[in-house]
Amino acid sequence: MSPILWHSVFFVFLAALACAFAVAVVLAGDVVRMAFYLIMSLAAVAGLFFLADARFLGAMQLMVYVGGTLVLLAFGVMLTARGSLSSMRSGGGQWILAALLGGLLLAVLLQTVVPLGMRERDSPLPATEKSARSPAQGEGPSPALTTQLALGLLGVRTEPLCAGAAGPTPPPAPAYLLVFEIISVHLLVVLVGAAYLARATRPRTKEEALGIR
Amino acid sequence: MADGLIQHFGVYPCWHWLVYLTVGLVQAGLLVAMVLLSVAVCNWMERKVSARIQDRLGPTRAGGRFGWLQSPADGLKLLCKEDLMPAGADRMLFRLAPYISFCAAFAPYLALPLAPGWVVQPLRTAVFFMLAVTGLEVFGVILGGYASHSKWALYGAMREAAQVVSYEIPLGLCVVTVVLATGTMDLVQIADAQQGWFWHWHLRNPFLFGTFWIYMTCATAGTNRAPFDLPEAESELVAGFMTEYSGFRWLIFFMAEYTTMLLLSLLAAILFAGGWNGPLPLAGWLGLSADNGLLAAWLGDALGACNLLAKGFLGLTFMMWLRWTLPRLRIDQAMATCLKYCVPLACAMLVGTALWTFGMRGGFSGKAEKEDRGADNNVQVTILNSQFAILPGPALAPRLMPEGGRNP
Repeated sequence: MSPILWHSVFFVFLAALACAFAVAVVLAGDVVRMAFYLIMSLAAVAGLFFLADARFLGAMQLMVYVGGTLVLLAFGVMLTARGSLSSMRSGGGQWILAALLGGLLLAVLLQTVVPLGMRERDSPLPATEKSARSPAQGEGPSPALTTQLALGLLGVRTEPLCAGAAGPTPPPAPAYLLVFEIISVHLLVVLVGAAYLARATRPRTKEEALGIR
Repeated sequence: MADGLIQHFGVYPCWHWLVYLTVGLVQAGLLVAMVLLSVAVCNWMERKVSARIQDRLGPTRAGGRFGWLQSPADGLKLLCKEDLMPAGADRMLFRLAPYISFCAAFAPYLALPLAPGWVVQPLRTAVFFMLAVTGLEVFGVILGGYASHSKWALYGAMREAAQVVSYEIPLGLCVVTVVLATGTMDLVQIADAQQGWFWHWHLRNPFLFGTFWIYMTCATAGTNRAPFDLPEAESELVAGFMTEYSGFRWLIFFMAEYTTMLLLSLLAAILFAGGWNGPLPLAGWLGLSADNGLLAAWLGDALGACNLLAKGFLGLTFMMWLRWTLPRLRIDQAMATCLKYCVPLACAMLVGTALWTFGMRGGFSGKAEKEDRGADNNVQVTILNSQFAILPGPALAPRLMPEGGRNP
């Protein structure tokens, strides 16, 4: 009887937690609850880092992202949220558009992540690197691994060299460069969206005008 | 520990999880027991200390002359109280908030070493992890204040947010100062750098001595203790963020406060006052080290843990003394204390400690420099080699590091 892969069990548990709370952020209506779900999702990602033995990165995630969201919650949301912003409901058209764009982004991310899982069977990477959220590691098992991942972010794949490239060279595998860039652009889009949401709007209907006051 | 047990008893692989589970549960149970027992003692101590400062007797009836059973009696009373929830409250967040606070207050104990071998999860970045997790305690307070649907609770929560977020900066700077002086974030190494007599403690360094007092100020403010208890100022805000909480939920907030107090006191003892290395090198005199067998090492660890806890409780007594002596600050005074005094002072101490450490290593006379440079060069070369080893064409490496070639 083979021992149960507890590492994978914990990985799946934490990843599912992160994904579930991320979905909850989208579905929740109340801004404070959104922030709460976001914090839980980010904390689950910190758990993934701890599971991958990247303790410094995990603590960093807690300090920077979770703590940052906390400040956002305190000063951004609670001091400004009133009326129209405290409960955000989007219309049907927005839902469809957002789902389409989100699906496209997910497809691009999966296109990088899934082949990685296939390739990993004959490469020495541990299972945790399958997560698209955690391509970089703080204190990995070996410094070579982190360097490898960092080079992967720059578009250089190095596994064949590490494995001792004997025989025919395999075709160059896609690295994380595209994903990395897309996430950066995605953050820019989020910034623009935030500016759009936060701008002063003139009430279009009487209900809206009453709702704001 | 679990790995050691598995090797020692040769456990069959499919039962490994049971060993890990048992070891984890026992360790967590011991920690919970230690923390909750400390909270009970703190509660009794707070009553007694406050009473003595105000020239009263304090509890004298529950459990004999000294009121030993006051804490269990309090706990029983709180358990029997009605569990109230305001009408307009956000029910889920209202329920969750106390648990978030307590979890954030309790989780850092996982990385806190009570003695060299007595730590649940040894971390090389323990002190950073503890700061990161302790900072999340305010999250429960903010959520609780918001979810209560009461203006007093909301005011208290906002004050707490402003205060704790501000005081985290000087607190972090104080910890960085110690990390700078020792060159490690591992609490075991930080404490072991202060082995021997009490003049080996970090307090001997005048700059770290100053840092210690800034740390204690920030720790008092970070745990909402008077004179910084504005988030629960009873004369203005009823009870601040916990106005709407009653019974057991309130008890959890209360336990979180004392848990954090004890944690910050223990951390102060480790960072500044030698940790388990006592005022006298008692364990060394008795020969309680790993050289004399397992039992001696275990006894040494137990002695060290008692020593550390004693220092932690001394720090707690200091915080209580402050609370019952000083009047509450106004909110502008509290913020000015942080931003105008604590932060600049902590920065000055950081620079001073850097110069002191440099000077103690002979930096000003140029003695230590040569040895250090040799060692550093070796490290750099190793890192560079490991970085370039996987690049195509290993001949690239020597060209990219002209400095490495001149390594003695």
